[in-house]
Amino acid sequence: MSMLRKRITLGALSFSLCAGISSAVFAQSLGSPISESQLRGFDLIAPPDGSGYPEGGGTAIQGKVIFESRCSACHGMEGEGTSAATRLVGGDMQSEERPIRTVGSYWPHASTLFDYVQRAMPADAPKSLSSSEVYQVIAYILNMNGIIEASLVLNRDSLQQVQMPNKDGFIDSSQAL
Amino acid sequence: MSKQELEKVAGNGLINRRHLLGLGLAGVGVAASSSLLGADAGMNLEIPSWSKQPGPGASGYGSRSKFADDMKRLSGNPNPLYPGGGASRSPLHQLQGSITPNSLHFERHHAGIPDIDPSQHKLVIHGLVRQPLVFSYEDLLRYPMVSKIYFLECSGNSGTLFGPNPADGTAQSIHGLVSGAEWTGIPLSTLLDEAGVEPEAQWINAVGADAASMGRSIPLNRAMDDVMIALFQNGEPVRPEQGYPMRLFVPGCEGNISVKWLTQIKLSTEPGHFRDETSKYTDTRLDRKSLQFTYPMGTKSVITSPSGKMKLERQGVYQVSGIAWSGRGSIRRVEVSADGGRTWADAMIQSHQSEKALARFLIPWEWSGGDAILQSRATDSQGNVQPTRTSLVTEKGNISTYHFHGIQSWAVNTAGDVANVYA
Ligand code: HEC
Repeated sequence: MSMLRKRITLGALSFSLCAGISSAVFAQSLGSPISESQLRGFDLIAPPDGSGYPEGGGTAIQGKVIFESRCSACHGMEGEGTSAATRLVGGDMQSEERPIRTVGSYWPHASTLFDYVQRAMPADAPKSLSSSEVYQVIAYILNMNGIIEASLVLNRDSLQQVQMPNKDGFIDSSQAL
Repeated sequence: MSKQELEKVAGNGLINRRHLLGLGLAGVGVAASSSLLGADAGMNLEIPSWSKQPGPGASGYGSRSKFADDMKRLSGNPNPLYPGGGASRSPLHQLQGSITPNSLHFERHHAGIPDIDPSQHKLVIHGLVRQPLVFSYEDLLRYPMVSKIYFLECSGNSGTLFGPNPADGTAQSIHGLVSGAEWTGIPLSTLLDEAGVEPEAQWINAVGADAASMGRSIPLNRAMDDVMIALFQNGEPVRPEQGYPMRLFVPGCEGNISVKWLTQIKLSTEPGHFRDETSKYTDTRLDRKSLQFTYPMGTKSVITSPSGKMKLERQGVYQVSGIAWSGRGSIRRVEVSADGGRTWADAMIQSHQSEKALARFLIPWEWSGGDAILQSRATDSQGNVQPTRTSLVTEKGNISTYHFHGIQSWAVNTAGDVANVYA
């Protein structure tokens, strides 16, 4: 499959080289090369394998200050939320009643917390936190959920070690028809 | 033609769809209504004022009649704690055919609509590729494009119907997070091939340029299939609220995955596990395990007329009309019941039956003034049949409220009022 694809692409490449100046007509290869290092400030993806974590770090104790000034207006002083959608703390997937699903009870990967806060929060000023501030404020959210100690310095290595309570709660259905 | 000649094909007044084909029904309809109506009888017609003076001339950009400007998307109030977030719903009860005008296409935003200058916008393809590439909007306009008509439905559409009590709503408020359009763009596979996919790549991570930098992951095998980078919607550049200057379009799948304002595609061995494919847009089952990456939207139909909060003013023949769609194929059959699902009749499918597109259905129905419960049930080209609400809720529970595609019921009472019910 990939061999075949490679051959087709090579074919297309040599074809457009032959076509020379009429490449506009044949329209292949209009993208401009760019290197991964040029994308360092652009690529915010932080997947579970830890490959997207930046330098920096800090503790929940530091994060509490950030949370109270930058997050609590929408998420409540204790992360209890100002609506069902903004609750960040508590819940139990095995509760008798309908489970309350939060970062603490539901999220399978700690990486998602880093990734999301870095790209989308605070909702009124996304991408305004430094990498260290993101580590600190998510350390506080994890600590409020009883997942890490308040004194743990969260950084690219320690975040990689964090285990979420519901990590085995998901089934990949991406290939279901 | 007399009423007796109408062939009833199911309980409580459903009439054979074949009557739609000839003049038969039109004749009956006119006869039936004029005999009951009578109001216009004897009125002399005059030449109207607009036929006596020239109107304004051609214009650069058209607008609708001021007599038809009540057609609007329905949106919630802006929420200062969710800046730019929220949704608006298409007025399904007022639309006909199977294409939604761009200004009435539903919206769902997580951080508002970015004001993107296309000359500054970039699309990057990188990660597990031989050559990372960056494309400008101008570059992309030079590629050969494909055009296809597809539906787009938010995963949360009709989600209220998972709830214990039937919402007192309209077709728009309950089901309005679905729309249909012709999308024109570049097959994603063209650009992935240009960058050269590495053999270990299994997923693409797609990211938008909005303030939420919306991210979603799609398996590579799907991404190489019918996914496109859409640049045009119903012939014009994709509207800002739909992702201008470009969006991903993943046919048949939950709307959120068709990432708007697309700016980044990164190939990887594993999915990104973004917040909107873990915390949200996942389906927790009754056993508390949650399904992740549940992309296709189910086989579904909705009666848009008569529908919630309409009123049938008089007895007689009505056209029961609605839309049907499936994320797994085309619509092969739509049945309609007027007696709460006891008996069914085949509706006529009015529009072309193409893959992953809205199909408009129609069947005549004679309302005799009694209680009725109208339902519709779709079957797709794969043989998937729309389930009853009860069987869907029994199977899936209501911890998650995504992917509702059960049969919905509109009750008509003896006063002619139409309301959403659980039946
Ligand atoms: C202006 C209000 C506001 C502020 C300030 C804010 N948030 Fe949020 N946050 C939201 C809203 C609204 C959502 C849900 C967004 C959505 O569903 O698209 C959300 C979602 C989240 C979530 C995901 C919750 C879930 O279960 O899916 C996290 C985590 C989060 N915010 C963290 C933070 C942090 C950390 C801060 C402070 C640095 C912050 N937020 C500041 C409004 C806010």
